[in-house]
Amino acid sequence: MPHTTSIPASDFASPKALSEALEQHAYLSDDGLATACFLSLRMRRPLFLEGEAGVGKTELAKTLAAVLDAPLIRLQCYEGLDAAQALYDWDFPRQLLHLRAAEAAGVTDVERLESELYDRRFLVSRPLLQALETSSDERPSVLLVDEIDRADDEFEAFLLEVLSDFTISVPELGTISAERPPVVVVTSNRTREVHDALKRRCLYHWLEHPAFDREVAIIRRRQPEATETLVRQVAAAAGRLRQLDLLKAPGIAESLDWTEALVALGARDLNPDTAAVTLGTVLKYREDTERVVDGGIGALFNGA
Amino acid sequence: MSRDVVETLTGFARTLRAAGVGADPERVQAMIGAVGHLNVLDPDDVYWAGRLTLCADPADLPRYDRCFAAYFSGATASVRRTAPPPVTIVRHAATPGTAGEDEPGDVSVATASEIETLRMRDVARLSAAERAEVHRLLALLDDVSAQRRSRRFTARHRGRLDPHRTVRSILRRGGEISGLHHRAHRTRPRRVVLIVDVSGSMSPYADVLLRFAHAAVRSAPRTTEVFSAGTRLTRVTRELRHREPDSAMRTVSAAIPDWSGGTRLGEELKEFLDRFGQRGMARGAIVVIASDGWERGDASLLGEQMARLHRLAHRVVWSNPHKAQPGYEPLTGGMLAALPYVDDFVAGHSLAALEELAGVIGNA
Repeated sequence: MPHTTSIPASDFASPKALSEALEQHAYLSDDGLATACFLSLRMRRPLFLEGEAGVGKTELAKTLAAVLDAPLIRLQCYEGLDAAQALYDWDFPRQLLHLRAAEAAGVTDVERLESELYDRRFLVSRPLLQALETSSDERPSVLLVDEIDRADDEFEAFLLEVLSDFTISVPELGTISAERPPVVVVTSNRTREVHDALKRRCLYHWLEHPAFDREVAIIRRRQPEATETLVRQVAAAAGRLRQLDLLKAPGIAESLDWTEALVALGARDLNPDTAAVTLGTVLKYREDTERVVDGGIGALFNGA
Repeated sequence: MSRDVVETLTGFARTLRAAGVGADPERVQAMIGAVGHLNVLDPDDVYWAGRLTLCADPADLPRYDRCFAAYFSGATASVRRTAPPPVTIVRHAATPGTAGEDEPGDVSVATASEIETLRMRDVARLSAAERAEVHRLLALLDDVSAQRRSRRFTARHRGRLDPHRTVRSILRRGGEISGLHHRAHRTRPRRVVLIVDVSGSMSPYADVLLRFAHAAVRSAPRTTEVFSAGTRLTRVTRELRHREPDSAMRTVSAAIPDWSGGTRLGEELKEFLDRFGQRGMARGAIVVIASDGWERGDASLLGEQMARLHRLAHRVVWSNPHKAQPGYEPLTGGMLAALPYVDDFVAGHSLAALEELAGVIGNA
């Protein structure tokens, strides 16, 4: 097994220790997720997170960066993403300017001028290169490759290459490699099947919607101003909404938004009126809203 | 790590593979590594070490849970390879390979005018040999795909100015401006989703339509998805990836559990949209539904789902084999409910009609 000879300070003794550290940064994880992060740090393997939108995939990467006190470098994927936007690019205008300045100063040494042109300072680093450059033995950087399913397969193959050996070669400069591989979190909403070769390089974790108790704990932790009744009602209502077979079931992100909206309105508990005016924070489709309103908003949180 | 731990874990991986989880050796290696970082004696730790490294899909998780419970409780023997669902394999009356053997007098190469007549004929009324010929011709259909504009650029003689390339060429000439470079958007294949109705009323056409789907998968393997719909929705894209049409059709027949049953198109479509479509498969895609629109139940669900589909897809094409019949009116409940959301309503009963369908997909 590579990279497991020494254990730097950024590694935690057990999944439990990591879970506690995450909790200090207001991220409540369960056993599975804590073990996944723990193993990802220990085994130096990217973590591949899949799950419905709004279950806290992106948030985990942010919290992980906070826990490790490391820079978070985010690569948001989209269709048409290519190497120039993910790796590096040469800063042509600056190179041109340099050339003009050299010309004006009367530099005639062509060889030197050329080597100067492809200097590190003219290289614009994009997220992947940044992540390699900022990752050091004492403090790995956290690279978040968000929504990989949106990028095209060519990019996936390319990412696989970078994630396998964590080196990037720039023809004009040479090879740039990381002192220690960055902590990589890859997220996917499953709009497209990601290639198995990429998943094989990673630890695979499927994030579920949180159970009632955990959701209550998360909302309480994130929205301390909310009353206990309100928190429990929102968590129960969110749980019921998820069972309604909606077009887009609310994630934990939506329940947090909902609570925040209710707190902003000064609500101490959830009642049909406050729920009706804030429903837009949880339901994002007109059909879903209609269904819930038709079924009676009160049915969502009665008995909670 | 002690030898028996490794043996236990590899044995577990074998059980998983038998249950259909793709726990390949590289993953098993990763699991053994992961267990090394955790407590081997803690069942929870072993559970997570295995789940994180051996699974690759949410569908793997329930299987993994079952195997884990069975294997580590000692009941290894009870985990069997899951029995394939009972399927009725539709045997083609004559496949091109066997036609000649069965009927020695049959000439397998038709003349041009015969092909022309055959092209126009309703496939439901063909003899076995003619059907085989249609299959052969369908296998030759090689362009059932569509293009869309990509975000990426490529060098062109006209189009928008390409500052990077222009500056680079100026740099190369030491600051001399020699000319302007242009760029324009590239094109990329557009996703095509085919949903083929395999219910009883469509049975004379389902075979040919799936062969058409096979041609589509072959011409754009990465951007084509095929589903069969009857009483349930089955994704058959993978089965259709076989290059050879007849073996592809054999695997497809084995994979579809509901040949010649009833139709619940509305529910199927809902399932498609919930599980695949809305997540992105239907977004910006050309969705082709090949069905006669004979909906058993209430057609309002179908209407609702078609509206949803129409909002997601780039273009919705409906191919109904009965459309070509003289005096056809779309009167079935399902068809009436669906039509307002259909962009192209085409036939699909003959080779010529399928070629037309290919054209509609290409030009959409």
